[in-house]
Formats: sequence, C-alpha cells, structure tokens
Amino acid sequence: MKILVAIKPVPNPDERVKIRKDGSGVVLDNIKMVINPFCEIAVEEALRIREKRGGEVVILTIGPKESEQQVRTALAMGADRAILVETTKELDSLGVAKLMAKAVEQEKPDFVIMGKQAVDDDNNQVGQILAAILSQPQATFGSKIEFSEDGKKANVTREVDGGLETIGVTLPAVITTDLRLNEPRYASLPGIMKAKKKEMKVIPADSLGVDASLKVRVLFLAPPKERAGGRKVADVAELVDKLKNEAKVL
Amino acid sequence: MADILVVVEHQEGAFRKTTLSTISAAKVLAGLIGGEVDALVLGQGVRSVADTVAAHGVRGVLLGEGEVFARYLAVSYAPVVAQLVNEKGYGAVLAPASTFGKDFMPRLSGLLDAPLASDIVGFAKEGNSLRVQRPMYAGNAVATVELVGSPLLFTVRQTAFDPAPKADAKAPVTPVSVTADPGGTTFVGREETRSERPELTDARVVVSAGRGIKSPENFKLVEQLADLFQAAIGASRAAVDAGWAPNDWQVGQTGKIVAPELYFALGISGAIQHLAGMKDSKVIVAINKDEEAPIFQVADYGLVADLFKAVPDLIAELKKLKSA
Ligand SMILES: Cc1cc2nc3c(=O)[nH]c(=O)nc-3n(C[C@H](O)[C@H](O)[C@H](O)COP(=O)(O)OP(=O)(O)OC[C@H]3O[C@@H](n4cnc5c(N)ncnc54)[C@H](O)[C@@H]3O)c2cc1C
Ligand SMILES: Nc1ncnc2c1ncn2[C@@H]1O[C@H](COP(=O)(O)O)[C@@H](O)[C@H]1O
Repeated sequence: MKILVAIKPVPNPDERVKIRKDGSGVVLDNIKMVINPFCEIAVEEALRIREKRGGEVVILTIGPKESEQQVRTALAMGADRAILVETTKELDSLGVAKLMAKAVEQEKPDFVIMGKQAVDDDNNQVGQILAAILSQPQATFGSKIEFSEDGKKANVTREVDGGLETIGVTLPAVITTDLRLNEPRYASLPGIMKAKKKEMKVIPADSLGVDASLKVRVLFLAPPKERAGGRKVADVAELVDKLKNEAKVL
Repeated sequence: MADILVVVEHQEGAFRKTTLSTISAAKVLAGLIGGEVDALVLGQGVRSVADTVAAHGVRGVLLGEGEVFARYLAVSYAPVVAQLVNEKGYGAVLAPASTFGKDFMPRLSGLLDAPLASDIVGFAKEGNSLRVQRPMYAGNAVATVELVGSPLLFTVRQTAFDPAPKADAKAPVTPVSVTADPGGTTFVGREETRSERPELTDARVVVSAGRGIKSPENFKLVEQLADLFQAAIGASRAAVDAGWAPNDWQVGQTGKIVAPELYFALGISGAIQHLAGMKDSKVIVAINKDEEAPIFQVADYGLVADLFKAVPDLIAELKKLKSA
C-alpha cells in the first residue's frame, strides 16, 4: 500500500507557550518544535501497516523550510521519502487542504492519514476538508484501523462522544488519528543516519496553482482569564466546611 | 440579512443538549449580524427531536428524514447541509463542537469552500466586521479571528454559551425533501458507554480521576463520591490510556471540555492538556499527594493527601452532612 502521511510541526506541547506582547503570535524562541503528537501517531500507524502489508510511506508537510527537521524525524522513524510543499505564507485549513489535494493528485496514495488535530491551532479540520475536496470517504478520530484482505476497504473504529463507533470506508480515503491508535516509536540511531539519505522533494507552493488566500484570519491572541486558584485546605473537615459555607456548592 | 442555520445533534433520535448552547450562540450571532435562526434535524423517525428543538426559540425547524440518515455519517450530512445552504441562502451555519460537529462541519467547509472557525467561545463586532473568539494552544491563548467569505461556519463550545431556554411559542416544523449517497462509507457498529449518570458536559458536578487512582477497581471510590452529587465521572488521558476508563470520559484539550459548578480532580497532576478541559469550572477541588502538582495552581481548594485516605473520609463527611 502507498500511504501518504501529513505531518505538522508544532511547539512542544509540554511547554506552556507565551503570547507576544503585541498579541501577534506566540513566543517561539527557546521552544522546541516537534511533530504534532497526533501526526506522530499517524506516522507510526503507516509504518505498522507497511510492515504488515508492504508498500511505501510518504511524508507530506506544508510550510517553511525549517519543517525539514520534523520531516527528517519522521523519515528516521522509518518513512520512505518525503514531500515538503514550501511556503512562508500564513495558511488556514482550507489553504493547507487545497495544497495537500494537489500532492495527493500527484502521488495517488491508497489512503491519506493524518492527525485529528494540530495542538497549536486546535482546529481539527484539515483531514475532513481534504476528504471533501477529493470527494473521498473520511474516517476521523481513529483508534483502530483494519483492512480487508484485498486492501480495498478499511474498517475504522472512531472515538466519539458516546463511546466507540466503527465505520467502513472504501479506499482511497482520508483517515485521522486519535490518541489510542498506537504508541509511536522513537527514531533509532541507525534510523537517523538512514534518514539523511532519504529523498525529500521540495515543491514551491506557488508552483501548484492553488488560491490559498486566507479565509480565516487570526487577528490577535490574548491570554485567557487567569484563575485565582492556589489555596490549600488542611484536611477533609476544612474542605467540607469551605465547600458548604464559602463556595456554597453543597 | 441572510438567516442562520443550526444543525441539530442527536444520537439516533435521542436529543443532545449540546444543540441548546449552539442555538444560544446562533442568537448572539443573529443579534450582531441580523437574520433569523432556523434548525435542521436530519435522521430517521426523529420528529420528536424536531419538536424538542422547536420549543427552544428558533424561527423554524427543517426536518429531513430518510433511511439514509438513520445512522449519522459525515459523508451524508455535509452535502445535504450544503444543498440547503445553497437553496435557502443561509449566511451562517452552526453546530456543536462535539465529535459530531467536528466531524462533518470541516467537510462542509471543504464542499462550500467556506471559512470555518472551530470551538468558538464568543462573538463581538467591531465597526461592521464580525470578530470571533476561539481558544488555541490548549487554551493558553484566546484568538480573535475574522472570517472571509460566505457562508460563515462555526462549531460552538458548549460550555461557552448557556443552553437556550424554552420559548413560549413553538416553531413550525417543515419537512424538507433531501437525500444522500454515502458512496463508499458504511456504518458498521457502535459500542456505547452506557451510564445512568448525567452527561459529562451537562453535569453540575464532575468527579475525575487520573493515574493516581491506580486501578479500574478503584474507580468504585470515584463512583461513590460521584453518587453523592449525581455527578458525571471524568478521567485524565493517563487513566483512559491505561484502560481504566472509557475514551469518552477523557477531559481535556483533545477530549471533552467541561465547566461544571464543582469539579473534583483526584490523583490528577494537572498537565496543560487536562487543564484545557476543566479550568473554566466554577469551583475546583484537587486531591493529590504531591504538593507541587500543577493542578493546585488552578484549584480553589487543594488538599495534599493520599486520595485513598482522603476520599473515603470525604465521602463519610458528606454523608454525615446529608443526614444531618
Ligand atoms: C497530544 C496530547 C493530547 C493530550 N490530551 C489530553 C487530554 O485531553 N486530557 C488529559 O487529561 N490529558 C491529555 N494529555 C496527557 C497529559 O499531557 C498528561 O499526560 C495527563 O493528563 C496525565 O494524567 P494524570 O494527571 O492522570 O497522570 P500523572 O501526570 O501521572 O499524574 C498522576 C498524579 O496522581 C498523583 N497521585 C498518585 N498517587 C496518589 C495517591 N495515592 N493519592 C493522591 N494523589 C496521587 C501524583 O502525585 C500525580 O500528580 C495529552 C497529551 C498529549 C501529548
Ligand atoms: N501545514 C501542514 N502540513 C501538513 N499537515 C498539516 C498541516 N496543517 C495541518 N496538517 C494536518 O492536519 C491535521 C489536523 O490539523 P488541524 O486541522 O490544523 O487541527 C494535523 O494533525 C496534520 O496532520
């Protein structure tokens, strides 16, 4: 199977990002960029499918040249080659999906897999938009993927509000990942060495003839309301007293 | 002014309250940009859902029924909504930011080439232009965004808008003739998390447990505390990953967003991703044996203690109080 995995670099999710004074964005100096955790899960899944069924895992990212670093990490995990659609322009989900669609048309993978959500913008949109543009089935929030013998269909178990749901999709399709799909491997040292020699095709976004002008424009960021937390109680008796007489929630 | 459409969420005929906050958001939007609010119910044998929605202050309810809608699928929902938007000229479409809305609304955005703002928490107007607020970076930033194009699409964070109350008048329910072709997508099955408890996102009290609870059996303790409040039960990702709690109990950036009157965090450290899902709760109680745990920074009442000692004590005290 030929699998296209879309990945996005994001600031390390374990660090609390700070907002620039002028609200124009977040402070990224000293924050490590990593592969979006949901995309890492997508890479892992693609590798496991290739290990079982054979084929090729192609990494796709859309963004500035610096994204190369995270792409190399995905290659070091074991992906075969990569495509970087290069642009320094700010993009929204529609723009990203339209550029991706061009890459999909060129590569014609059996399916595309990506994260359900990028943990920087928290949009949860790109996979579904791409599926719409390609007129393909979509299976979002996947926590289990099983293929039919002939590899033409997949049953995807999805994490939904009421529990778990399974849908069947005919390939080609777009699948997005949830946390419980797998636990991604680390890049091994030999993997890192090999990754340096793997093919990374750079395509200038402007060459794809896509109108990716912004339809959702972020004007500014502001910090959320701070909570006045931090108070401690000495014991259970004080806790109950406070809940009853101060917070009045009992 | 163009009108506004709310897509109603239901679980195969069981109305979900997520829609009521979405109606409120639609009304706030109507107040700013004009237009009337209609609702759309798609399903099979869902007249009662339409009747429920009709009683909550919308102008009208469109009811699209058919075998093909018996099971929700994004591939059949999105084109139908797109078709109705085009026919009737809606200027905005809203749906809850639940796994339902998050699934089909971006597909709609792709079909219509229309801007979508996810998980919105507020609207404002500056001069003639609409400003929309939505959290980013696990709630560490609130972005103000502007949408270009039409129709405007939104998924609405349930906790950010009060549920729309019952109205005096009942809106008319109008059948619409729609159909869909799910093509290569089929519904295979569902494993529902059954519970007598209120839904996490609607409950007045939520009791959540994390890795500190140590085993699935120990969730009994959580249940006992929850029983005293008719509370919903939540969990951290660590507890869900360990298989101690079902996936739809996960509270956080990538799980459910809750804002109850009272939230208990038991044996939860308070990672950024967990805080993103509960820090708008009115009162937060944290019980954790590590006094440095970040959960204490947001807790109104932090108790540094072993939860296996403190929670049974708490249950006993609360029972005493009840019987007093
Ligand atoms: C992409 C991504 C998305 C994520 N999304 C979410 C999300 O939606 N929701 C979420 O919750 N997490 C999410 N996480 C995970 C998050 O980063 C944390 O790993 C997780 O919240 C930790 O869970 P925890 O607090 O239960 O476990 P831990 O961090 O291990 O904390 C356990 C706590 O229990 C305390 N404890 C242990 N024993 C006792 C005892 N006997 N009595 C009292 N206290 C005790 C310990 O002191 C500790 O503070 C996400 C992570 C990533 C990367
Ligand atoms: N610039 C990008 N390049 C490659 N993939 C992306 C990009 N932006 C988003 N994605 C993919 O789309 C998923 C969902 O992102 P989002 O809709 O932004 O939350 C991510 O997990 C990525 O897999």
